[in-house]
Amino acid sequence: MAKRIVVDPMTRIEGHLRVDCEIDGGKVVKAWSSGQMWRGIELILEGRDPRDAWIFTQRICGVCTTVHAIASVRAVENALNMEIPLNAQYIRNMIITAHGIHDHIVHFYQLSALDWVDIVSALQADPVKAAQIAQSLSDWPLNNVTVFKDVQAKLQSFVNTGQLGVFASGYWGHPAMKLPPEINLIAVAHYFQALDYQRTANKIVSVLGSKTPHIQNLAVGGVTNPINLDSQSTLTLERLAYIKSVIDELGDFVRKVYMVDVAAIGAMYADWTQYGAGVINYLSVPDLPLDTKGTQFEMPGGYIQNADLSTFQPITSYQDTFFKNGVKESVKHAWYQGGKGALHPYDGETIPEYTDFQDDGKYSWVKAPTFYDKRAQVGPLANVLCMAAAGHEPTTRNLQMVLDMASAVAGAQIPVAALHSTIGRHAARAVRTAVLHETLNNQWTLLMENIGKGDYDIYNQPEFPKGEIRGFGFHEAPRGVLSHWTVIRDGKIANYQAVVPSTWNAGPRDEADEAGPYEASLMDNPVAEPEKPLEVIRTIHSFDPCLACAIHMVDTEQKEITRVQGVGAQCGVSF
Amino acid sequence: MDAVTQDFEVIDTETSRAPMLVLGLGNILLQDEGVGVAVIERLQRRYRVAAEVELLDGGTSGMSLLDDLRDREHVIVVDAVRTGNPPGTEVVLRGEEVPAFLCNKVSPHQLALSDVLANLALMNESPHQVTVIGMEPLSLDTHLGLSELVAGRLQALTDRVIAEIKAAGYEVEALEQAAWNNNISLMTEA
Repeated sequence: MAKRIVVDPMTRIEGHLRVDCEIDGGKVVKAWSSGQMWRGIELILEGRDPRDAWIFTQRICGVCTTVHAIASVRAVENALNMEIPLNAQYIRNMIITAHGIHDHIVHFYQLSALDWVDIVSALQADPVKAAQIAQSLSDWPLNNVTVFKDVQAKLQSFVNTGQLGVFASGYWGHPAMKLPPEINLIAVAHYFQALDYQRTANKIVSVLGSKTPHIQNLAVGGVTNPINLDSQSTLTLERLAYIKSVIDELGDFVRKVYMVDVAAIGAMYADWTQYGAGVINYLSVPDLPLDTKGTQFEMPGGYIQNADLSTFQPITSYQDTFFKNGVKESVKHAWYQGGKGALHPYDGETIPEYTDFQDDGKYSWVKAPTFYDKRAQVGPLANVLCMAAAGHEPTTRNLQMVLDMASAVAGAQIPVAALHSTIGRHAARAVRTAVLHETLNNQWTLLMENIGKGDYDIYNQPEFPKGEIRGFGFHEAPRGVLSHWTVIRDGKIANYQAVVPSTWNAGPRDEADEAGPYEASLMDNPVAEPEKPLEVIRTIHSFDPCLACAIHMVDTEQKEITRVQGVGAQCGVSF
Repeated sequence: MDAVTQDFEVIDTETSRAPMLVLGLGNILLQDEGVGVAVIERLQRRYRVAAEVELLDGGTSGMSLLDDLRDREHVIVVDAVRTGNPPGTEVVLRGEEVPAFLCNKVSPHQLALSDVLANLALMNESPHQVTVIGMEPLSLDTHLGLSELVAGRLQALTDRVIAEIKAAGYEVEALEQAAWNNNISLMTEA
């Protein structure tokens, strides 16, 4: 008999997700993804000065404050057809890459590792054996017996205090947990170390952004980081040297720990390369502009159809019409007034029409975006596949490195095709982190060289014409393609729409009733114990969802609801 | 928006961190949800607070607050809370009530915040004392600025936070209106 699981919102802040699954014969046979918060940012922005929009949009979300600020200034600059000084591009690019590295490290270790790693089992590990295994995989200096013993003692004293329950998403001893105690211990040690390195990455955002959370250094037209190498109150050589030391420190952790862990844990859960593919059209946008106009980018982006890398079509500039004309949003299954078919964001309407949860009708506050009328998956996997298809050397090199390491641990060749999966999204995120790190390093060098040439420009003054102008800004954010679309009339915002990564991935069925990426990825997922749907959580977490939610078990026969502890996703936004 | 002066002091958090953190949480785009941020902005603008007390607008942040919370003597979380009392009611939670509050999910941010506190506990870097001072919201509609009811009680809530800071032995001095710090942009007032 089919059972229904409901992943329900805890709260209404930050845009919560509810996932319903029908389980039959030990696997998911039907799934619905439903955003539980209504979107209304455009109502707040209407009539405001477009130069202020970014300061409000970065309050949409608790994780990705920075990314909404970046996309917003780009949208307004695009409407004005502005050029942005090189220094400003490089400084923004450094913030983007440092934020991405921070975000990906936190996601893997703090927000999803416990889906795969049983920390209680680590107490049974032999630290000597763990050190041998870890040293065989990587020459990271902290992979030693002393560190592992210390971590085990720390963990034991934590468990002894009876506080384990604070980890809401812990599934200790679940039958789907398969790592040996020594691997669990290594992962726990790296979990601790990751806490230090994620904050190291965030220091770059703090120094350049003046403040975290909520950076303050942006402006439509550039940045507000005055460059004067002789003044203590501006961006000085000392600050830049400090940033460089932080970049170098991060690199070792990314290469010798994060990439290795993902490859090894992925190889030990190789069965999870069979699940979770879902929608295999992939969309990403180019990012990290290298010129003032946004026609050259350090990281390429584009569109891949049906998992076939040879179909790759690049997106090449901030004026790209292939991207601009391809995006539409459907409200057929969302709680908005519809009837006009899928609409382009410039023409988008946001008029609520709530109906209750209807399995075959409307069931979400999230709209369903399409790219040329097809669903598309966004995020690090889409980004990495598109960059690989574009022949981006750092991507192909780092991707091969992760696949080779995983193949060595698995004792069998793991192909690129294995990436179309739950575990593949984690692998791609690690590859992307390595690429982001190399890019961050490059951007630092470019900034230094440009300052060395005597160019101190950071800002061009925007001027708003009478009449109506339109613009869009895109950004390849940690969770994927983010775009802001704005219509400006007489210097005031007339319409504003944010099409965010979680909309692409978490959206409900579309105009053609096709399932979205979350929904499609859950099909045929195994579920060993419906009361503890760890496997459902694994697949949803692999997307790095921005949501806070808990699992409620609904037995449709007995109408009994049992709360199972929450998914532990950090927070954020899903609209 | 005016250019914001660079403040590089952020780098030296290890040596210069204040023993007390007053952390305002909330989403200012959802009306009364932003009451915690509104209290921080009022404190920053209208008061001079002892150097041992750091005021932080945490927005809706989660794990990025890890470094701000670790090893503090005392953290005061100011937030919108739902305990079933009438809108505008002040709520103060201390000691054992705080973890219970986080587990019962009455605050909109508890999940993110409890993740942060769980990680700090695991690292043995928990703040020594956490107090939650909150207010029941009237409206969580998509709107910038507090409801009239909660706006009318903002000063009372701010006074409650000030009393807590003073009880810990730190000074808070109200500024004359002419001396208010107008460089603090008020995100919470429409």
